[in-house]
Amino acid sequence: MHIVACVKQTPKSDNVKIDPATGCLIRSGTESAMNPFDEFALEEAVTLKEQVGGKVSVITMGPPQAEAVLRDSIARGADEVFQLGDRAFAGSDTWSTSYALSKGIEKINSLQRVDLIICGKQTNDSDTGHIGPQISAWLKIPNAAFVKKVVRVNEKSIVVERLTEDGSEVVELNYPCVLSVVKEINKPRVRSVKGRMQAKRATVTVWTADDVQADKTMLGINNCPTRVVKSFVPKREVNATIVAGANGKEKAVKLVELLKENNYI
Amino acid sequence: MNIKDYKNVWIFAQAQRGKLSPTAYELLTAGRKLADDLHEKLCAVLLGHNVQNFAQDLISHGADVVYVCDDPALENYMDDTYARVLAELVAQYKPNKFLIPATNMGRSLSAKTAVFVGTGLTADATDVTINPADGQLHATRPTFGGNLMATITCAKTRPEMCSLRPMAYEKAPAQTGRKGEVIAFKFDATKYVSPLAKFVEFIQSKEGGLDLSEAEVIVAGGRGVGSKDGFKLLEKLATRLGGAVGASRGPVDSGWIDYRYQIGLTGRTVKPKLYIACGISGQIQHMAGMSGANVIVAINKDPNAPIMKAAHFALEGDLHEVIPAMLEVLH
Amino acid sequence: MDYAINEMEQEVLNATRELAQKKLKPLRAEMDAKETFSKEMYEEYRKSGMFGLWLPEEYGGLGGGITCLAMAFEELSRACAGLALTPGTSALGAIPMFLAATKEQREKWCPDLASGKKLWAFALTEPEAGSDATALKTTAIKDGDFYVVNGTKHFISTGKEADFYTVAVNTNPARGPRGISLLVIEKGTPGFSFGKKEEKMGIRTNPTYELIFENVRVPKENLLGSEGRGLLYLQETLDYSRPGVAAQAVGIAQGALDTTIPYLRTRKQFGQPIITFQALGHKVAELAAKTEAGRALVYNLTHRMDTEFLPAVKNALANGTPVHDELKKLKGERWTKYSAEAKLFCSNVAMEVADECVTLCGGIAYMRDFPLEKYMRDAKITQIYEGTVHIQKNEILTALIKEYAAKGDEE
Repeated sequence: MHIVACVKQTPKSDNVKIDPATGCLIRSGTESAMNPFDEFALEEAVTLKEQVGGKVSVITMGPPQAEAVLRDSIARGADEVFQLGDRAFAGSDTWSTSYALSKGIEKINSLQRVDLIICGKQTNDSDTGHIGPQISAWLKIPNAAFVKKVVRVNEKSIVVERLTEDGSEVVELNYPCVLSVVKEINKPRVRSVKGRMQAKRATVTVWTADDVQADKTMLGINNCPTRVVKSFVPKREVNATIVAGANGKEKAVKLVELLKENNYI
Repeated sequence: MNIKDYKNVWIFAQAQRGKLSPTAYELLTAGRKLADDLHEKLCAVLLGHNVQNFAQDLISHGADVVYVCDDPALENYMDDTYARVLAELVAQYKPNKFLIPATNMGRSLSAKTAVFVGTGLTADATDVTINPADGQLHATRPTFGGNLMATITCAKTRPEMCSLRPMAYEKAPAQTGRKGEVIAFKFDATKYVSPLAKFVEFIQSKEGGLDLSEAEVIVAGGRGVGSKDGFKLLEKLATRLGGAVGASRGPVDSGWIDYRYQIGLTGRTVKPKLYIACGISGQIQHMAGMSGANVIVAINKDPNAPIMKAAHFALEGDLHEVIPAMLEVLH
Repeated sequence: MDYAINEMEQEVLNATRELAQKKLKPLRAEMDAKETFSKEMYEEYRKSGMFGLWLPEEYGGLGGGITCLAMAFEELSRACAGLALTPGTSALGAIPMFLAATKEQREKWCPDLASGKKLWAFALTEPEAGSDATALKTTAIKDGDFYVVNGTKHFISTGKEADFYTVAVNTNPARGPRGISLLVIEKGTPGFSFGKKEEKMGIRTNPTYELIFENVRVPKENLLGSEGRGLLYLQETLDYSRPGVAAQAVGIAQGALDTTIPYLRTRKQFGQPIITFQALGHKVAELAAKTEAGRALVYNLTHRMDTEFLPAVKNALANGTPVHDELKKLKGERWTKYSAEAKLFCSNVAMEVADECVTLCGGIAYMRDFPLEKYMRDAKITQIYEGTVHIQKNEILTALIKEYAAKGDEE
């Protein structure tokens, strides 16, 4: 089975800092890493490869330094890595990004037929969750989002369980198809010694928009359908009432009183 | 695409397993305001099987028109089938704005539909307004795990699509005697059903209990809960208050409680009337999922924990002492 | 100080540190309390290639040597000496096999060993044969194409979880110690059962079992090397494995310091951080110096060993010969004394450091919530297994006497 995992390099979620004056991300001193949700996507791809045999290719779209996330993918078990690197891609929204990735995947498919595409549930910087379903829309193939479990891998289809608010749904998708996975699906492994060494030597294939035959009028900040017109740091109000008392028990009594008084319970 | 041809505000009324999602009423609230500001109609789209009886309910809660696609092929949610039907509806009726709930279903459906339709989509907005100058939709959403808010527009294509975070808006009240138009959308379902995917089964959440998104009271635990058994204590309090149990990331990662109960950036977003955070420090990632609660109570040993500053009521103490005492008083 | 001298060794350190941080630390307290083997951790080790570090790439290993093995064992033990034993004891069980095995045996067993699909264990100790291994009573009597094994082994690490056991048996009791041979016995062979599970002071996450052999028929293809040469292979095995225990001891000492120093820096008494009390601070400095000395001893030795071990493995693969034979061709030096010195010194350092760290931190360190008392419990085993500190002294002394006897009484 040939599996493509889609990954993105994003700021490490623990130390994102926003300049309250400009509303911009403070980049200096911000470490980048693989989007944490993509770790589950890649782990699932590698696990499936180990189970049924095959190959894991990884694709990312991003600036030159995003190469690091592809080398990291090798360390985590990927076999081949591809980067969509072109100024034409810069500033794309999810619609354009998913289009570009779908063109990249088509190109990978032309090298070796792709059976399965796996994305993380969302990124930790934009939080949209659009990319998986949208790639499948561009490629006109089935998809399932919020996948928490691969139930069965068949010859021509895969059976997965996806999370809903009230339980879960089992769906069966023919290959090729796209899954967006949630963190419940697995526990990503640590990078192996061999993987770490291979990562340094791996070849990163870089493609431009032309290389993947992407229509440039559909790409980039000036062509994508949406744009950010304003950004700001949300205000958080602080006016806590301290629940006082001599000990935990007294405080508990006081809290229940306060909640009852205000008709909260 | 001539954007002047596109009229009216649409909302997607999610209905599954014989139930209308409460998000439908929230979207009606948001959509009603947009429609009134634009002097256009508010239309609801209803997809499923045996869902036509929800049409009048949607009208009572603010819809002027309800498009009903009722077909056995739509019994269960399948991304391709639903997205293709929506794309066809959009092509035929040309809506101006289209709101979809940012539920698990809605997130995927809106994304796929946007590509089929060829328009822009804003994800998980918490606030939608009409810019009076040009009538464009301004959708504001949290990014970077709630550290930054961004307002997004879609100037050149229609409809302007947006998924709306559950609980971001109040539910629209019912108005007796409200009238509207119900349009049954006749279509050949086989044309839309993808032969490449099929629904196998629905598995009801085993844990039972109240669904987090519907709970008016949530008792949530963090690392301070200490163990699986600790959550039993929280459950007692939740049950006593008629609410549900939730958790921050730590306990989920430690295996004390299932992922489905995780609240925050990497879990669910909730907006209960009362949120009792027990032993939760209040990292920004967690706050992203619960800061919309009407009243937040924090019980924490550490008076300097961030949650203590974001809470309406801050109680410094050990939850293992405080909660049993609360249960005693409540008994 | 890191003793990595090449990229591979550096990446072993990086990988095991990540593994320790992300996987071992969150699990250790719970697994220690439950006193059970962690299948989850076994799986993590397997995925990260921890079982094949020292095995040739031809069998799916990394191609590292004794240093890579020791470094991994140090870093894993720094987080949890018990969980570290899953790959640790598999290597110990497999080293005698790897040294003595024929090409065919290697090809049969090494791929699953390197991938971690199969776990190995080492079975030498018996109720009547502890420090005196020559007293072992388990017999293996030839019967056609089989050996019929009878006897009992006890205190066997990773017992019941391991798939293959390298078992020291006597194939010719009449010859006494010269009848000792090594047999590979697979779990599930009829007549091979597990007896008592021990409840231990430390390394509690690694199961210690009694192995019972009742007329177990083992194919003669499972004999390692030739009959009667068991003690030779055992000595060679221990030469290579004792630096591993020494590395584990260094890891335990370092782990104890890792917990202690930050605590001493933040804990205030009498209005100041207690590390600023010189009596405490100087003790910490002394413990750190001893730990570093132990580490230097270990890696100086393993790097020297690798200059011989790695070429021998290469030659064995090229010539289709046992590694043991190739080692003999190359052998300039016997490691027994140095291995014993490393294990003696480091295990004593581990015990001293862990003990003193508990004292330095005080009451909190006596509590199970604080991850320090476990280091003290775990440290103790390094002074005992694979030869007690006293046996190490015997080895050192024997070697010294031989050394000086050979020189003659020149002085």
